[in-house]
Amino acid sequence: MPVRVIIPTPLRQYAGKKDAVEIEAKTVAEALAGLTTQYGDLRRHLFTDDGKLRSFVNVYLNDEDIRYLQKEATPVRENDILSIVPSIAGGMAVHCICS
Amino acid sequence: MSIKLTHHHVNAMREHAAREYPSECCGMLLGHADGDVKQVSEVVALRNLRHDAARAQELLPLDSPERETDRNRFLIDPLEQLKVEKDARVRGLDVLGYYHSHPDHPARPSNYDREHAWPWYSYIILSVEKGTPAEMTSWVLSDNRGRFDPEVVEIVNP
Repeated sequence: MPVRVIIPTPLRQYAGKKDAVEIEAKTVAEALAGLTTQYGDLRRHLFTDDGKLRSFVNVYLNDEDIRYLQKEATPVRENDILSIVPSIAGGMAVHCICS
Repeated sequence: MSIKLTHHHVNAMREHAAREYPSECCGMLLGHADGDVKQVSEVVALRNLRHDAARAQELLPLDSPERETDRNRFLIDPLEQLKVEKDARVRGLDVLGYYHSHPDHPARPSNYDREHAWPWYSYIILSVEKGTPAEMTSWVLSDNRGRFDPEVVEIVNP
């Protein structure tokens, strides 16, 4: 059952310059594992050294954040779309280091 | 790398930054990339989710919520981001990067900006001094994530 994984622009350079990849999977975890097996350079951008999904990475199954489903154990079905959405955050320095 | 945008795009970002002052504004840059050149075709103003502190804290916790607010932090709602990205993809446009403002602060990336940045994207920063838009710069994260490199900004007519 292939699902379509949408690759955001900053990560396409690690995924053969593709904007989407079809992966056979039954769960979100299997889809991400399949993706990073196929494109090993993606792994460090999506997962921490101990294999956890990075907090700066949001994963949406169709229009649902997997945090509010069953996280990486969320089942996927044929023709589902899994989107990797990078957290976009920032802001100016707030910690004054002046004397 | 360089980024090309029009005066119209720059004015839209400056007006957004002034409108949101003294809070930080944020938005998305859409267009096409050709080799090392990014050509912006649309600037999309987005909501700073730090206005909704509880929801933002749930998505990306801050170390010091009492000192880090929408006046010095921004966070884009990932669902809004996803919707704009999807709509852009249908129209053949890619996400080239993002912009945000630094109220009463120079247009230089902070460590917090760097720690939360992604490679390849352009990060445009607009300084706003006492409510008036000032300097604008653009930055790209280095491959080893160790620093931001300045990016050439080319502003063309109209």
